Amino acid sequence: MSETAPAGVAEAARPGIVGARVQRREDPRLLTGRGSYTDDRKAAGAVHVAFCRSDRAHARIAGIDPAEARRAPGVVGVFTAADIDAVARPIRATSNMPDYRATEFVPLARGKVRYVGEPVAAVVAENRYLAEDAAALVSVDYDPLPDAADPEAALEDRVLLHEEAGTNLIAAREFARGDVDAAMAGAALVVEDGFRIRRKTPAAIENRCYLAEFDAGRRALTLHGTTQVPGLLRDALAEIFDLPGHRLRVVAPDVGGGFGAKASLYPEEVVVCALALRLGRPVKWTGDRMEDLTATSQAFDEIVRAKLALGTDGRFLALEADVVGDIGAYSIYPWTASLEPVQVVSFLPGPYRIANYRGRVRAVATSKAPTGPYRGVGRPVSTFVMERLVDMASRRLDMDPAELRARNLVRDEEFPYKSGSGIVWDRAGFQDCLSSALDGFGYAARRAGQAEARERGRLVGIGIASYAELTGIGSRISAAPGMPINTGTERATIEIDSTGAVTAAFGIASHGQGLETTLAQIVAEELGVRVEDVEIVHGDSAAVAHSTGTYASRSTVLAGGAATLSARSLRAQVVKAASHVLEAAEADIEVRDGAISVAGTDSAITLPELARAFYTEMRRIPKEAREALDLSASATYDPFFGTATAATHVAEVEIDPQTFGVTVRTYVVAEDCGRIVNPMIVDGQVHGGVAQGIGAALYEEVVHDESGQLLTGSFVDYVVPSAAEIPDVAAIHLETESPSTLGGYRGMGEGGTIGAPAAIANAVADALSACDAQINELPITPDRLFRLVRPDR
Amino acid sequence: MERIDIALTVNGVRYERQVEPRRLLSDFLREDLGLTGTHVGCEHGVCGACTILLDGDSARSCLTFAVQCDGASIRTVEGLGEIDALHPLQESFRRHHALQCGFCTPGMLMTALDLLAKYPLATDDEIREGLSGNLCRCTGYVNIVSAIREAVAARGDDTG
Repeated sequence: MSETAPAGVAEAARPGIVGARVQRREDPRLLTGRGSYTDDRKAAGAVHVAFCRSDRAHARIAGIDPAEARRAPGVVGVFTAADIDAVARPIRATSNMPDYRATEFVPLARGKVRYVGEPVAAVVAENRYLAEDAAALVSVDYDPLPDAADPEAALEDRVLLHEEAGTNLIAAREFARGDVDAAMAGAALVVEDGFRIRRKTPAAIENRCYLAEFDAGRRALTLHGTTQVPGLLRDALAEIFDLPGHRLRVVAPDVGGGFGAKASLYPEEVVVCALALRLGRPVKWTGDRMEDLTATSQAFDEIVRAKLALGTDGRFLALEADVVGDIGAYSIYPWTASLEPVQVVSFLPGPYRIANYRGRVRAVATSKAPTGPYRGVGRPVSTFVMERLVDMASRRLDMDPAELRARNLVRDEEFPYKSGSGIVWDRAGFQDCLSSALDGFGYAARRAGQAEARERGRLVGIGIASYAELTGIGSRISAAPGMPINTGTERATIEIDSTGAVTAAFGIASHGQGLETTLAQIVAEELGVRVEDVEIVHGDSAAVAHSTGTYASRSTVLAGGAATLSARSLRAQVVKAASHVLEAAEADIEVRDGAISVAGTDSAITLPELARAFYTEMRRIPKEAREALDLSASATYDPFFGTATAATHVAEVEIDPQTFGVTVRTYVVAEDCGRIVNPMIVDGQVHGGVAQGIGAALYEEVVHDESGQLLTGSFVDYVVPSAAEIPDVAAIHLETESPSTLGGYRGMGEGGTIGAPAAIANAVADALSACDAQINELPITPDRLFRLVRPDR
Repeated sequence: MERIDIALTVNGVRYERQVEPRRLLSDFLREDLGLTGTHVGCEHGVCGACTILLDGDSARSCLTFAVQCDGASIRTVEGLGEIDALHPLQESFRRHHALQCGFCTPGMLMTALDLLAKYPLATDDEIREGLSGNLCRCTGYVNIVSAIREAVAARGDDTG
């Protein structure tokens, strides 16, 4: 159970820095307003960009008239596609996946627009107010093109979004194992239904913001930006602007949340860089919320038809699914449009034993903002569908939904287990998560309470959701299908400088996860120093030679692994150097809390003293020995495959029969995230993930009209849950150390969002079990619920 | 564009400036005074990230013009504790892990100060209601409520 943080825990509680509730070192600066977010940065002589964006979903650009905007006060210039394309080479999200068609990456619209909010022209002025004034004066003449917003209609290819592709079908894939048709035919029970999850947006509270600076003397370009992937961006921008990596630096300073929204290459990033090169002045763009809700990558927009076959004993025999993913207007760089929909199909069998599986997915382009990674990627949808099928079956079998899950979850002795889509689950507490969640929830007692409440006419429901996800993915598996870039390794460099200070540099980028603290815990433990002795450098493409960044629940596993390897190597060097200085055998040297001593003696030196002996007092270590040493170590970690993270969520909800509003009363998560570095931070990740999952289940929906016009352009229309809508969330941590990763860590940043939509949907369906209403569409808004319960109205 | 003279006090320091009538208080604080601790999350008054105290009451600096603040006294997050001497509410936020990315945090703190000064906050529901004008996307609010609950208990000592 999550507990209130005990007061006054020491910064470096020993023994065991890893596993301790260490307070976050990020906090003092963030709490006092001394953080440094991108928009806080000032550059002398900077100009500001405002974008003129499409107000049409699908139209040909007949002409752009920038004359009036150019005459507006403070305007430096108005730029369109040709200006950017003259300095930016084309790039596209390629994949070696068969049946995939890459779309072009378009910094500013070329000839046509494909979604409302697509950047058409960039207006540069002396400040943001003037740039926005002038952007409103850019006149764009559009010839309307036919609607292309409906994903099922788009599959018919009557209207093409990308004419050169010849089809709107951007990706297609099928997974199959066993004989699904025979198993379905022989089953005692088949449950089948259609499901729809409506489009979401990550909605980090910090909007996107970029500042590009070009040093003409050094021919060096630096981009500060709200990104989760500085290394990945550096590599992409180096290709686009034909610059070597050492003259192109991408820095993510403090970043105000990402959740996947800041993990892709954006048109605005390319435009500010192109304009900085062209104008020779720093160029800044600060996006507003409407731009975020229109033009930041969106997610979770799938139509699913699925059926599950069971034996008389409730055993799952076969699963079949057909998924249509609405991927929006472009295949996003570098993840491709297949990222989300393909994962729906690959994760659909969930944590269950299912011998026969067939899953088919089609990713279709529509005239909406591009979809991209969002916390959970595909798995919130796959879990919603699978867990609804399980509950529908439990009702038909008159078997408790907990019991039906227990019978089908992969058992401890069955690991490693290969799922029907080919995912291999390493040993994790699938069954333990279910039993722990039920215990923590007080399942039997709450079922009794629910029966009593129902007798009094109250609509109370209990919902369970179990899932497994693959985290900490290594080089053998790509984070997105067939993607040509390596997302399977991370690198760390740890150095002791001439003052004895320890700096550990990473390419990952913390944007709320507390990685400055957790990575310092790992380095401190492995190196033998105190947490406060270690400075963590992250979010900077110049920090290490290669990195992609923070996404896909990978940073603790991958950067933690790199930290472990490099710290161990550095510790060996420290011991060697100290053996000379202390004139003792290496085996007798101990390194603890930053002190280096000879076991059983009072002979000891501090890290600064050792550094002085190594770097400055050149007679303390013989020349040959010194030259063979280095108080610096680098290592790259590759988990090769990845590791399973599993959880069960249990929710209790109540429906107000007057308003049809749903209140979440109780929420329990039991999660196996392997060895825990900092339990305080892990609790926080679970709480936040569940809140986003509750948002996806009950409130959040990006709404377009039939022409593709966006109707949810503000936080009044796109409803992010507030404190009044989110309950206390109890998190139970199982710590089955992963057999597959260095340190036994598993990734856990996304899980809350994966389980919650399914658990809430099952709980609402349970509350309505008397009227047999199926909850097959998310979000479950009061309006939808009313129409479901009262179809006559 | 015409500029208007204003004089106001921010975190106890008096400033005299000329501003355009349309200049938002959030931009005035961030750009003109360099007080970038006040963050802007939506610019339409919903997310609460830009909340400051205006003559003792919480206010959205993104929905307030700087010219409206002539003669006013403003408190921002920079007016609470220092890095090495956090305000008790900041301490409580840290102890309870009530922040992750930190972007909504200044607004949460300023709203919480206002709530602590004015309301009983006897129940968690009351705290949650009071916070419902401030969006956080990271924490799920659980630990923010805990941090404020502790501050309510300690209110006798120092609210601000």
